[in-house]
Amino acid sequence: MFAAASEDRRQWLKPLVRILREPLGALGIALVILMVGGAALADFLSAFEPNKISPRDRFQGPSLTHLLGTDQLGRDLFSRVLHGGRIALSVALFATAASLIIGIVLGLIAGYGPRWLDNLMILLFDSIKSFPTVMLALALVTLFGPSLTAVVVVVVLVNVPGYARIIRTQTLALKTSEFVTAAQSMGASTARILRHHIMPNVIGPLLILASMDIPVVIAIEAGMSFLGLGVRPPTPSWGAILNDGFTAIRDTPWIAIAGGLPIILTTLGFTFLGETLRDVFDPRLKARG
Amino acid sequence: MHIGRGGMSAILDVRDLRVTFRVGSITQRRDILGVAGVSFEVNPGETFALVGESGSGKTTLARAVNGLQEISSGSVTFEGNRIDTLDTRSMKPVRRRMSMMFQDPVGSLSPRMKVGDLVTEPFRIHGVADVNLREETRRLLSLVGLPADFAERYPHQLSGGQARRVGVARAVALNPAMIIADEPTAGLDVSVQGEVLNLLNDLRERMGLAMVIITHNLHVVHHVADRMAVMYLGRFVETGDTEEIFQAPAHPYTAALLSANPEPDPDKAHDRIMLPAEVPSLLARPPGCEFHTRCPWAQSKCSTEPPAIVERDERRIACHFPLDPGARPPEQKGAA
Repeated sequence: MFAAASEDRRQWLKPLVRILREPLGALGIALVILMVGGAALADFLSAFEPNKISPRDRFQGPSLTHLLGTDQLGRDLFSRVLHGGRIALSVALFATAASLIIGIVLGLIAGYGPRWLDNLMILLFDSIKSFPTVMLALALVTLFGPSLTAVVVVVVLVNVPGYARIIRTQTLALKTSEFVTAAQSMGASTARILRHHIMPNVIGPLLILASMDIPVVIAIEAGMSFLGLGVRPPTPSWGAILNDGFTAIRDTPWIAIAGGLPIILTTLGFTFLGETLRDVFDPRLKARG
Repeated sequence: MHIGRGGMSAILDVRDLRVTFRVGSITQRRDILGVAGVSFEVNPGETFALVGESGSGKTTLARAVNGLQEISSGSVTFEGNRIDTLDTRSMKPVRRRMSMMFQDPVGSLSPRMKVGDLVTEPFRIHGVADVNLREETRRLLSLVGLPADFAERYPHQLSGGQARRVGVARAVALNPAMIIADEPTAGLDVSVQGEVLNLLNDLRERMGLAMVIITHNLHVVHHVADRMAVMYLGRFVETGDTEEIFQAPAHPYTAALLSANPEPDPDKAHDRIMLPAEVPSLLARPPGCEFHTRCPWAQSKCSTEPPAIVERDERRIACHFPLDPGARPPEQKGAA
């Protein structure tokens, strides 16, 4: 019993060790842990409220009290950056998870379902994909107003067509494979075939691609917030901080730096991690990167 | 042991089965006959072999019988009920009684499932709840001669022979009445082929199974089949008792196939009947007897008139001029 349990743990640890052995992978993991840790422990790491306005302290440079300085309303930027990390990461995780679930379900339906449905769905995916992200964001925000939900919806709309296509192509290939035919001949239901026989075999590459898309999602959130299409003030978001700093960049560059640095570090961290994951587990995907 | 042809006692009765495939573009649509009107029956406890070259329609026929392939005409009766007209839902109980094994031993096993889950999947599919799945796994694995700890393995960790045994275990899991085995020995070493055939034979005797074996390997047929049918371009050219057909093939195609079968005895005279030309395309079936383009015995009548089925005792032969035992092709008589 114990032998089996420790063997399971070793199985689980093996990929982690393989990632850490790659220098980029180790750097990626370190950056990701730094950012996730900072966001999770935001309340303990910073003595200041992220939204506390203090006009007397506005435009202060970095100091021991205010590690990254203060903005035009005297808010502590270090605290705002940490709390902004919460927004960025939760949007990234939630939107990616939603894109994955929707993409997998639609891809399975398109790949396994009748030909006309497949054609229809491919047409739909291609139409959505043909919109530039910013145009899609503008259109949605015009309809529903700026909010975090709008950000998530935009990310899902941008990601789902690609994810569904990947799943659909592989499903199409497996549909006529012998183990699927064997399941049909045993009387397995379509739901059972999709859930137990096809999904476990098509999901791997997609998870790796999704991990590589996380930085893109973070950039979409920051970009939309920068343009005022994402979170509403005073909610701290990296994109919003960047925008605050943008107006005063000549006199007080640290505000823009405080907003931009975490975006750069987080996207770099997830990109390194994603690429290492890909190289370690599915070298075939390298061509796409 | 054969009870009247097509009688009520046959477990499987196939009548004039046809399968058409639609090919070509919208403007040039054509139908090709994959299976062109085939009739046969399988009795309980009997092994029936379908023999033929690649592309002769053996696998299509098996898939059609199993309901995986839509048929265009004819009927399939299993255990007294017509099953070709059933929808997926009403077909499900039939699938419990008729299981199918596919060609690729490893490829027919779901790659991310463990052996234990694979062999018990039929129980889960059919909602058989009153069994202990762990115990069933052990029982089924021992039935096919695999150690119990194989339950934890994945298909890629199995050899071809072991994977084939897992396939057999899965096929017999719910005590079916009949198994259709598509090339059960394909891709296996000769020694493993023998083991698998003996296992199938053994299970058939123990469980009273009927079996339909699809193969192009004549040794397999001779080894296990009670009766056999020879397929050419989607039709049966000869059907009958295996031993009798091997003794004295009556259709020229059967005679050519049997003469091409390598004999283990190197001293034995190997007078192979050579067939000229290639197998004709299904898109351009020859007129008259479809075998006349390659038949050494062909006469003028063969190229114009399709042959009627000749019945000789228990045999059915689709030929104008069935061969007498030991016949040699006319132009090869001296050379042999």
